[in-house]
Formats: sequence, C-alpha cells, structure tokens
Amino acid sequence: MTLLTRLHTNARLQLVMGLFIGIAFGFLLQKSGVTDYNVMLGQLLLQDMTFSELMVSAIIVAMPGVYLLVHFGCAQMHVKPGTLGSVVVGGLIFGTGFALLGYGPETVAGAAGAGALDALCGGIIGMILGSGLFAAFYPKIKTRFLNRGPFPAQTLPELLNLNPWVVIGIAEVVLIGILFLL
Amino acid sequence: MPLKQESFVMLDILAQQTWSPYAAGAGIGILVCISFLLSDRPLGISTAYAKVSGLLEKAITPKRAENEFYRETVPRVDWILMILPGVIIGAFLSATLSGQFHLVWVPGLWDTAFGTNAVLSFLTALIGGIILAFGARWANGCTTGHGISGTSQLSLSGILFTACFFLSGIATTFVLSRFIGV
Repeated sequence: MTLLTRLHTNARLQLVMGLFIGIAFGFLLQKSGVTDYNVMLGQLLLQDMTFSELMVSAIIVAMPGVYLLVHFGCAQMHVKPGTLGSVVVGGLIFGTGFALLGYGPETVAGAAGAGALDALCGGIIGMILGSGLFAAFYPKIKTRFLNRGPFPAQTLPELLNLNPWVVIGIAEVVLIGILFLL
Repeated sequence: MPLKQESFVMLDILAQQTWSPYAAGAGIGILVCISFLLSDRPLGISTAYAKVSGLLEKAITPKRAENEFYRETVPRVDWILMILPGVIIGAFLSATLSGQFHLVWVPGLWDTAFGTNAVLSFLTALIGGIILAFGARWANGCTTGHGISGTSQLSLSGILFTACFFLSGIATTFVLSRFIGV
C-alpha cells in the first residue's frame, strides 16, 4: 500500500482532514464575501458578480490541477454519472430554493458561522428537513425521474471525442474570458 | 527583525474584511485538488445535510432510517459530514478575525424589501432550505459538488447542473422581485 492509499483508508485521519478542509473552505467563503445574504441576492439579481467570480476562479485553478494529479497517478477522477432527469430537474428545483433562501448549501453554513441566524435556524434546519423529505420519496423519484435520459458520455472530452488537454486549454481561455467580462 | 514583520503582515491579511474573489476562488480551487489528493474525494457539502438527517432519523425512528436512500447514502460521521461543521467554524474564525461577527436575524436586503419581521424571514429561509436540499439530493450534488468539483473535471452532470441552477435561481429571483417589488 502506498502512502496515499494508507492515508485515504485511515478513517479517523480522514475525519480530521474533512474538518480542516471544511475550515479552510468556510474561511475562504467568508473572506470572499459570499456568506453575506446581500452579496448572494445581488448575484441572483445580476447586480453583484462576486459569487460567479469566485466559482469561475476556483474552476480555473482546480481543472488543470485535478487533471495533472490524475495524469501523474496521484488521484482518481470522481465524475458523478448523471441523467437529464436527475441533473436538469434537480438543478431547476435547487435554483428555486437558492433564490428563496438566498444562499447555497456551503454559503448557508458559512453565513451561520458568521452569525446569520436566518441561515442557522432557517436554512440549515430546512436543509436537514429537506434531505429527510427527499429520502422518504426517494424510491418513487428514482424510478420515475432519476434514471430518465442518461448522458451519452460522462465528460466533455468523451462527448466531443477530444484529448482532455485540448478541452482544458479551450475551457481555460473561455473561463478567463468570462472573468474579464463579469 | 524581518520574521516578526512577516508575521504581522500575515495577521493583517487574515484580519482583512474581504479578499478578492479571484484570490479566494483560487484558494478554493487548491482545496479541491487537496481533497482529490489527500482524501480521494471531490469537494462537496450537501451530502453532509443528508447524513445529519439520516443520523437524526436513526436516533428518533430507527425503522424509517432503513429506507433505500439511507442504504445508499449511509448515515455516519465521515469525511463529508465533517465538512459542514468545518465550514461553520472556518467562517466564524474569518468573521471574528475581521470583526465582522454579528448575530443578525434579518439580512439587510430582506429588511429593505419586507421589513424587520424575523418570523417571515425565518420561514422563507426554512422553506428555501427544504427546497434547496430536495433539489441537491435530486441532482445528487450542489454548487460545490457539481458546480466546482464536477465542472473542474469537465463532467457533463456538473456543467449542466450549473447552467440549470443559475437559470432557475435568476428566474425565480426576477419573478419574485417583479411580483413583490423588491
């Protein structure tokens, strides 16, 4: 077993890793301003682009980073297989909740940490209840929606039948262009 | 004494109220790479709420926690669950270091649009949270898991989810603001 696999299979150490990655994540979210309700609602009203800038910047760094790690055998891909019935319908429901709450699942936790009681008592409790509600309906939703419309491929390079690095190169140019436009 | 000066500069940076979203986003991109490398997992958070919900159901009504959803998303304290308290702690640290930690019931933009009624703001956040989690479970991911980790792998589910939630979030916000007149 290599050092990395030993690290991955050490359940107790992974709990500490999760906590510390979470702490760094929450710290960065709060510092960027997206744990503020006004910033998030400003994004949805297209008046404040902080949240998009944060997301695009994260992808610009993570995309070549993850592909390099995989290329050198230091990591594995974790692509979630999706269907139109799961990702499109789920995304549309998610967006409605996002607009009503004014936060996403990560920013609502960050907002609670920064003292927003609407996020702590409303948002986080709501998310726990909503997950339980989904669990109750899961068997029916699974057969009726989640398996509908499977994708022809899992990733964009597979779909276009192109070398991943070509797609990454194009994606980086497009994403940096978007950052300049925002 | 150069060392001392450097540590002051470091503290100054940590105590700043906001960082550029580009810098914070790049930091989140690095965190995604760290998750892949050291934990063999894509960075995400919404599953944590489902695990908390499962643990609560297991404690209150053990029979209900035996359903299909919880057989697939096993309710236990693990890496992804620890991300949630981590984000809360990280945002608390960041807000406290910059003197921005304040307990607030009603967020600013909400206040100007609907007044200071904390019950109304709480109920909206609660319902928003329920819908947000329902959508996240339906799509099997959220703004972080699909939006950042998925898109960074050029996964079709990540890209499509991001497009759908942005569209639906912006549309919902504009419809609500048109009707209510925010």
